[in-house]
Amino acid sequence: MKHTLVALMQDRPGVLNRVVSLFRRRGFNIESLSVGHTETPGVSRMTIVVDGSQTNVEQVIKQLYRLIEVLKVSDVTHDPTVARELVMVKVHAPASRRAEINSLATVFEARIVDVAHDSMILELCANPDKVENFIDLVRPFGIREMLRTGRVAMVRGAHAHAGDPYVKVA
Amino acid sequence: MSDTRTGAQIMCEALIREGVEVLFGYPGGAIMPFYHALPEYPQLRHVLVRHEQAAGHMAEGYARASGKVGVCVATSGPGATNLVTAIADAMMDSVPIVAITGQVAAQFIGKDAFQETDVTGITQPITKHNYLVTDVADLAYVFKEAFHIARTGRPGPVLIDVAKNAQQARTVPQWPDRVNLPGYKPTYEGNRRQIREAIRLIGAAQKPLILAGRGVLEAGAMAELRELAERTGIPVITTLHGIGCFPENHPLALGMPGMHGWVHNNRAIQECDLLINIGSRFDDRVTGKTSTFAPHAKIIHIDIDPSEIGKNIRVDVPIVGDAQNVLRAMLEELPPRECRAWVEHIYRIREQHMPRQQYTRPDTDMFMPHDFFTVFSRIINERGPYRVCTDVGQHQMWAAQLIEWRHPYTHITSGGLGTMGFALPAAIGVQIACPDETVWAVAGDGGFQMNIQELATIRQERLPVKIAIINNGYLGMVRQWQELFHERRYSATPLWNPDFVKVAEAYGIPGICVTHQSQVEDAINAAYATDGPILLEFQVEREVNVYPMVAPGASIHEMITESPMEVV
Repeated sequence: MKHTLVALMQDRPGVLNRVVSLFRRRGFNIESLSVGHTETPGVSRMTIVVDGSQTNVEQVIKQLYRLIEVLKVSDVTHDPTVARELVMVKVHAPASRRAEINSLATVFEARIVDVAHDSMILELCANPDKVENFIDLVRPFGIREMLRTGRVAMVRGAHAHAGDPYVKVA
Repeated sequence: MSDTRTGAQIMCEALIREGVEVLFGYPGGAIMPFYHALPEYPQLRHVLVRHEQAAGHMAEGYARASGKVGVCVATSGPGATNLVTAIADAMMDSVPIVAITGQVAAQFIGKDAFQETDVTGITQPITKHNYLVTDVADLAYVFKEAFHIARTGRPGPVLIDVAKNAQQARTVPQWPDRVNLPGYKPTYEGNRRQIREAIRLIGAAQKPLILAGRGVLEAGAMAELRELAERTGIPVITTLHGIGCFPENHPLALGMPGMHGWVHNNRAIQECDLLINIGSRFDDRVTGKTSTFAPHAKIIHIDIDPSEIGKNIRVDVPIVGDAQNVLRAMLEELPPRECRAWVEHIYRIREQHMPRQQYTRPDTDMFMPHDFFTVFSRIINERGPYRVCTDVGQHQMWAAQLIEWRHPYTHITSGGLGTMGFALPAAIGVQIACPDETVWAVAGDGGFQMNIQELATIRQERLPVKIAIINNGYLGMVRQWQELFHERRYSATPLWNPDFVKVAEAYGIPGICVTHQSQVEDAINAAYATDGPILLEFQVEREVNVYPMVAPGASIHEMITESPMEVV
């Protein structure tokens, strides 16, 4: 089972490296990892996806806590979350197939962000299942280049994984 | 401008503020500003080593004997990389040290400058935390954080890499009152509910057993452990690093478990219905094959580091906290009980196996290493305060098995990393921490040569370290494995050795070579009579094995005792 972890950490130099090398050294398998700033200056947020069948998720969390900069790690797998992933696909798009691609994009609410002589770039930001579906359907057109960001996730409702309390305590 | 200090001066003042009295180090280009400032601070004693690795082990020995943070210093590049083994050693054994390294000036970092190495990158997985300081303004708080991290929670090594420009620049230091580490909050108090559950299990168990590790010593929980054992009658097994946390002349003391542990201990672990692990991390040398370890036992695991719980062995009652606090809380409510039948059962196994476990004397008058250790044990216990640093290999196991360890903090060894060359420099650090005690470095002939150059440090610092080399002309433990598991192919294990007595004399240290067991007692007494350092070389029977032994990958109850291989 895939687990989604949300980690808050102090935004100090090298912290991303510490997390990644911890995974490498312990042989933990990362499915995806995305990182960025939060609403609180000095606090970064990571969304980490690990496969619970290959990696002991409890150990991942405990080992993350050994890093001095790590403030809070939560396994939000069983919480109601909004999860998003961004994909950009450059597809083979001769004039004859553009209408077809266009209608597929419309169904998925993907955006066409670039059109060239015989290619297009489509962009979709959606939950990971929808992204998978979209890629499957785009594939027959011929994918020239594709990128996906890692998953990001936020728990629904009033519950917050905010950086503020940790910085204020300090 | 009179309030300004150079970064190097701030480093020295920060060390003094942290209570540091001694540094073990070696100068070089990128750390020279620090060495330039050092003579202005005579309260900082600097011990010049001959190899940076030894500086690290000295800091470890000092830390483990004094309970303070050990400090070692090296320059950038090769100086820093030479510290790596000792830092890894400290990490594995949870020893609080702060390693200070020079780094090339900030504008050269990343340019492959002379003696530049990414030391924070290299040491990231083998430090509890590390820092690269490029701005003089950061030094004061970084040093405060580093010492705090090293000594609190589960102790460990912290490295501070200081760019040369930060050592040279001037500023008015802003000394912080307290550390600001919102992500670092060690848990010291055990969870009440789990403690109550542990008490319930202790009351219900028929065959309970205590497994005590280094965490007991780190927490200073020896009295609490003893009260727990005496109130409940539960016998105590001590791991290699737990040695000394429970006196071995106590009736409930069982000694060491695991790969070279006693048969009765491994049997007891496999039979027990409750295993109370206090401050031990279920190392593979203790557990053997984890899937068959303690198959009938409920397991209580007390550890200050949550990540140790459930890492190797499933746990029924996890208690995160300082061993002393947890045991005190437990003792508040723990009713007395007895488990006489169980203890007598273990004693019977011990009586049955102990004589064979000790050793069988071969039909020669060759001098057995066991003869040294039994005599050594008696004399050091008679003579008063002692510390014994052992190296790694056969002699390390014989020392753990055959010396009767009665006092905490007296046994200092490299357990987790198994670093050969540890004993001599560690003993130097211990001797500096304990100037009035008799400090022994007990090493094999292989390990001793890995840091033999530190004899010069002993001489230069006028330290009365007593050295015992157990010389069997082999890398003994590797040879033992070759004999048992590699068809006796003694590949690269026979050692040509120098004349150790002459080597000692070349360093201005007297030496005695012992070739017969009748000379052992006199030699040890001569060491005590010598006012200063001395080296004793014991030339022992060459091919003796450490028994009992659990083969790698086997379950701990499948023990080999004497050859021909008898599995008990």
